[in-house]
Amino acid sequence: MGQKIERDLQRFRKIVRGKVKSDLRKYISRGEMIGKKGNDLVSIPLPSIEIPQFRYGSKNSGGVGVGEGQPGQPLSNPEGEGEPKAGDQPGGHILEVELTLEELAEILGEELALPRIEPRGKANVVSEKDKYTSIRRVGPESLRHFKRTYKNALKRQISSGTYVPDDPRVVPVREDKQYRSWKVTPQPESVACIIYMMDVSGSMTDEQKEIVRIESFWIDTWIKRHYKGIERAYIVHDAVAREVDEHTFYHTRESGGTKISSAYELANKIIDSRYPPNDWNVYAFHFSDGDNWGDDVPKCLEILSKQLLPKVNLFGYGQVESPYGSGEFFDHIAELAAAEEKIVVSKVPDRDAILGSIKEFLSTGR
Amino acid sequence: MNTFYHTNLPPHLRILKDEIEGYAREYGLDFYETIFEVVDADDLNEIAAYGGFPTRYPHWSFGMSYEELKKGYDYGLSKIYEMVINNDPCYAYLMRCNHTVDQKLVMAHVYGHCDFFKNNAYFSHTNRKMMDEIANHGARIRGYAERFGEDEVEAFLDRCMSVDDLIDIHSVAIRRRGEHSRYDFNEQSGEEDPHANRFKSKDYMEDYINPPERMRQDEETARHKRDSKPDRGFPEEPEKDVLLFMIEHAPLKPWQRDILSIIRDEAYYFYPQAQTKILNEGWASFWHSTIMTQKALEPAELIDYADHHSGTMATSGKRLNPYKVGIELLRDVEERWNRGQFGPEYDDCDDLDTRRAWNKKLGIGREKIFEVRRVHNDITFIDTFLTPEFCVRHKLFSFNYQNQQGQFVIESREFQMVKQRLLFSLTNFGKPFIYVLNGNHRNRGELLLKHGHNGIDLKLNHARDTLVHLQKMWSRPVHLETMIDDKPTLLSFDGTDHTAQTIGESDENRRNTPAKTR
Repeated sequence: MGQKIERDLQRFRKIVRGKVKSDLRKYISRGEMIGKKGNDLVSIPLPSIEIPQFRYGSKNSGGVGVGEGQPGQPLSNPEGEGEPKAGDQPGGHILEVELTLEELAEILGEELALPRIEPRGKANVVSEKDKYTSIRRVGPESLRHFKRTYKNALKRQISSGTYVPDDPRVVPVREDKQYRSWKVTPQPESVACIIYMMDVSGSMTDEQKEIVRIESFWIDTWIKRHYKGIERAYIVHDAVAREVDEHTFYHTRESGGTKISSAYELANKIIDSRYPPNDWNVYAFHFSDGDNWGDDVPKCLEILSKQLLPKVNLFGYGQVESPYGSGEFFDHIAELAAAEEKIVVSKVPDRDAILGSIKEFLSTGR
Repeated sequence: MNTFYHTNLPPHLRILKDEIEGYAREYGLDFYETIFEVVDADDLNEIAAYGGFPTRYPHWSFGMSYEELKKGYDYGLSKIYEMVINNDPCYAYLMRCNHTVDQKLVMAHVYGHCDFFKNNAYFSHTNRKMMDEIANHGARIRGYAERFGEDEVEAFLDRCMSVDDLIDIHSVAIRRRGEHSRYDFNEQSGEEDPHANRFKSKDYMEDYINPPERMRQDEETARHKRDSKPDRGFPEEPEKDVLLFMIEHAPLKPWQRDILSIIRDEAYYFYPQAQTKILNEGWASFWHSTIMTQKALEPAELIDYADHHSGTMATSGKRLNPYKVGIELLRDVEERWNRGQFGPEYDDCDDLDTRRAWNKKLGIGREKIFEVRRVHNDITFIDTFLTPEFCVRHKLFSFNYQNQQGQFVIESREFQMVKQRLLFSLTNFGKPFIYVLNGNHRNRGELLLKHGHNGIDLKLNHARDTLVHLQKMWSRPVHLETMIDDKPTLLSFDGTDHTAQTIGESDENRRNTPAKTR
C-alpha cells in the first residue's frame, strides 16, 4: 500500500524545498491549516504549488454567499479555507506546528557536506552493543530457540525409540532446550569536540550577537545530528576570555575592549588539557565583528597558525558587520586562510546571510 | 486493481449493501453494479489524491493533494467519507474505521451518485471503462518516463496541466466541424468533399433522393462560396478546444502529443463532475436523507446520523455549500411540482397568500426531480429553478470585489443579482474563455489566442506564465488578445521576452465578432 503516492509526495516535497525544478519555485505558496490542539490553535504549514492557468483577476469579480449581513458589509475572506472563528477565541494565539529540529537539520543538510570526522582515539568513547548471535543451553524461556529445541527433542525421541510416526508428538525436556544468547560487540563512536568562540565586546551590537547565536545554534544542531558523543566548549571573550556553559553563551551580554588572542589562547589551553588531538576531532568556530585591538593581531595569527591549526580539523571564522569597527581582522585571517586550507572564513552581514555562511563553513566536508 | 488494497467487504457490510441497494431500487434509482471497497484512511487519502483512480500516472501534484488530505485527516480537521467513481461497474470506497451508521449513509449517498452518473445527460459521453483507461494512461506515461527521462516527462506534464482547462465542454454535444483526422492532410489544402450534401440511398433510389440537378447546384454554390472567401482562417472558426488545436498542429514529439491527448481525455472525462457539482451532490444527499430517514435508520443511530448529515450540509463561513444548495433546491422543486406551483397561472399570481397556499395536489414532484436529474446541469438547474423565495429563505447574497478597499463586500440580496453572480461563477467553471484565433498569425506561424472578455480582467501574472507554457509547446511566439483596464491589449511571449501592447480598436472589433456569435 501507499507506495505510489509516497513517490509523488517525496517529489513534491523536494520541489517545495527547492531541491529540484527551480522554475516552479515562484509558484510555491506557504499556506496553512488552522487546527486545534487542546485549547490552543495550531497552524499546520501547508505549502502548495499553484500551476499557472488562465484565471480571472479579483477586480470586478464576485460570487454568491450564504448567511446574514447587510449589503456593503465586508466579507472577511470568502474564499478562504475553513477559517477558524477567531471571534470566540479571544486572545487565543496560534502556535506553529513547525518541523522538528531533526527535520530542519535534515533540510539544511541536504545542501551541506558532512565534516569528515576521523576515527581517532577509539579507546575514548566506545559503546557496547548486544547482538543475539549465539546459542546457549540455559536462558529465559522468552529467548528459547524453537527450531533447535524441536530438532533436539526429535533427535532424542527417535534415537531413544519413543517417537511414534502415527502419533508424532514431540515433547522437549530440559536437556533439549536451546536459547538464544548475545555477544557484546564494541562500537567505536566518532569523537569530536566543537569549540565556539564569540566576541561579546562592546562593539558587538545585540543584533550581531543574535546572528552569532543563530549561526552557532545551527552548526551545533547539524553536527549533533550526525555524530554521537560530541562534546562542546563555549568561550566568550572581550579583552579577556572565559569558558562558559551553553546557556550563558547564548544569553550573555557584556561589553569592553577586544582581544581575540585571549580566546585563542584559552581554546588552545582547553584542547591541550581536555581534548588532545590524538584522540579527538576538534572543530573551532570563532565569531567576531573583526574589530580587534591593533597590537593583538600578530599575536592572534601566531597562536592560530602555530598552536591551534595543527590541532584542529577545521577552523571557521565568521565575521558580522559592525557599525563601529573596521572589520580589518577579516583581511588578516583571510590572508592566512589562502595558505591554510583548514581555515574557512565567511562574512555574515545580516540574518539572511546566515544560511550561506553555514554552507561555507560546512560544505568543505573536512 | 484489488491487488493494492485490502478491500474485502466484511460480511456485515455486505448485508448492509444488499439492504441499501434494495431500498435504492425500490425508489426507482437506476445504477450500474456498484463495488464497494473498504480501505484505510491512508489509502483513501491516496485514492482521493489521485482523483479516485489508484492507477493514475505519477505526478507531484497528486503528492501535494495527498499531503493536504493527510494533514487534514491527521489533525482531525477534515475527513473523506465517501469517494465514488463514474465507471461501469461503479467503484466506491468506504473508510474502514467508520461507524456502521456512517457506512449506511455513505452507501445510500453513493447509490444516488451512481444513478446520477448513469442517467444524467452530461455524463452520457464519458467513458464507462475509465478505470481501465486511466490505468492505460498511467502505464503509457510511466513508459515515456522510462524512455525519455522522468524530468523531461514531468516538465511536459507541468506544461500540460497549465492549459488542461482549455477545452470546449460543449463540443461533445455539438459538431463544431467535420470529422477531422490529423492524418488527413488534404483538408488543409482546402479541398472539401464534393458530395457533402448527398443523402445515403440505395442505387435505384439515387436519382430520386439526390437529384443530379440539385447536386450540381449545391456544388456550384459551395465552390462559389469557397472562392469568394478571400482568406480561410486557420482555424476556420475560433477554436475553444485549445488542447485539440495544440495536439493537431503544435510541433510536438509523438510522446508529447500522446501525453497531451491523455490530459485532454481525462479533462473531458472529469469536467461533467464539475459541471454538475450542485445537482449531483444535491441528488445524492437527497437520496441518502430519503433512504436513511424513511427506511434504513435504526432508532439508536438517529443522533449519529443527524450529526453527520448536518455536518455535510453545514455552511462554513459564508461560502455556498453545493450539497446544501443542491438538496434544498431539489426538495423545493419536488414540493412545488407536488403542489402545482409552476406554470403561467402561478407565475402571474401576485397575491402572496394565494401563492403560499397554492396546492393543486398534482403529486408529480418525484417525477419532476427524476426529470431534472436526467436533463439538467448546474447552470440550467439554477437558471430554471432558482426562485426569489428560495433566495430569501436560504439567505443567499451576492458579493463583489471592491477595488478601493481591496476586499470582498456583500453586494446585494436582489434575486436578479444573486442569480446572475451564481450563474456567472458556474459558467465555464468560473474560468475565462480562451479561443485560438489564428495558428498562423502574421503569416509567421505564430499563435494568436483571444480572451473572450466579459467584464473581468485576467490575472496577469498567471496569464503571462501560462503563455510561457503554451509558447514552449507551440515553439513559435504566442499572443493573447485580452482587455486590461478596458483597453484591448495584446500580451505576447516570444520565448524570451514578455510584451504587452495596446491594440487598435478597429482591429479588435473585427476579431470580436466571431467570438461573440457563439
